[in-house]
Amino acid sequence: MDLTLFIIGVLTVASAIAAMSLRNLIHCVLALALSFLGVAVLFLRLGAEFVGFAQILVYIGAVAILIVFAILLTRSGGEEPKPFFNVQWWYGLAVSVAVFGCLSFAILGGGAVQPGAPMANTTSVKQIGTELMTHYVLPLEVMGVLLTAAMLGAVVIAWQKGERK
Amino acid sequence: MNELQAYLLISSLLFCVGLAGVLTRRNAILVLVGIELMLNAANLNFIAFWSFSPNAAAVDGILFVIFSIAIAAAEAAVGLALIIAIYRHYKSVNVDDVKGLKG
Repeated sequence: MDLTLFIIGVLTVASAIAAMSLRNLIHCVLALALSFLGVAVLFLRLGAEFVGFAQILVYIGAVAILIVFAILLTRSGGEEPKPFFNVQWWYGLAVSVAVFGCLSFAILGGGAVQPGAPMANTTSVKQIGTELMTHYVLPLEVMGVLLTAAMLGAVVIAWQKGERK
Repeated sequence: MNELQAYLLISSLLFCVGLAGVLTRRNAILVLVGIELMLNAANLNFIAFWSFSPNAAAVDGILFVIFSIAIAAAEAAVGLALIIAIYRHYKSVNVDDVKGLKG
């Protein structure tokens, strides 16, 4: 495992930990955007350029901004009143440490993780587009319907009826 | 530890950090942030396995992740709209305060 992968991995995980443990919500979302950027860099490093740039566009450009707007609309922008962790927070922490233990045992100890030739692929965006239009056209159309429904649903749910203060 | 295992460890760390956040934080928006982290970890897993697979011409891994990103974005939008609607009603985004269904 070489040095750049280690640095990018540490940056991604550290900003994810910051996103989940800071008190100010805006700082949490900024750390989350940094974590998304780290994951996008890992995608680029693995040779999936289209997904890497789609990650930056969609996650950092849309989802993080959306979360910031939701924070501002619900006036959670400052620090949370204490205590901001669940009373039994160490149960949750113990569960996630146990899950990480199981996953790392499966990854490191199993022996079934045998990689093939690393990154011998030269997938172009043209191939992705062709696959989307031929073999995956049904999921593509369903995705269009889903996004439309989500957009309409979000507008309807957040619609302010009648009186405004 | 080969490189694929390194990527899988990073993605499982991300997943467990997101899981810890979902289980411990009390603000509903931060629960959603944790869910987005878990989805990102799963996407990283997919791309790692796709990149190291012997059949490199198959773009199934990439397409899976593209659809996953789209679904996650739609779910984040709907979830945040729900949180805004709940805030209007309960005047709070604390998950402990939303207990209308509690017996």
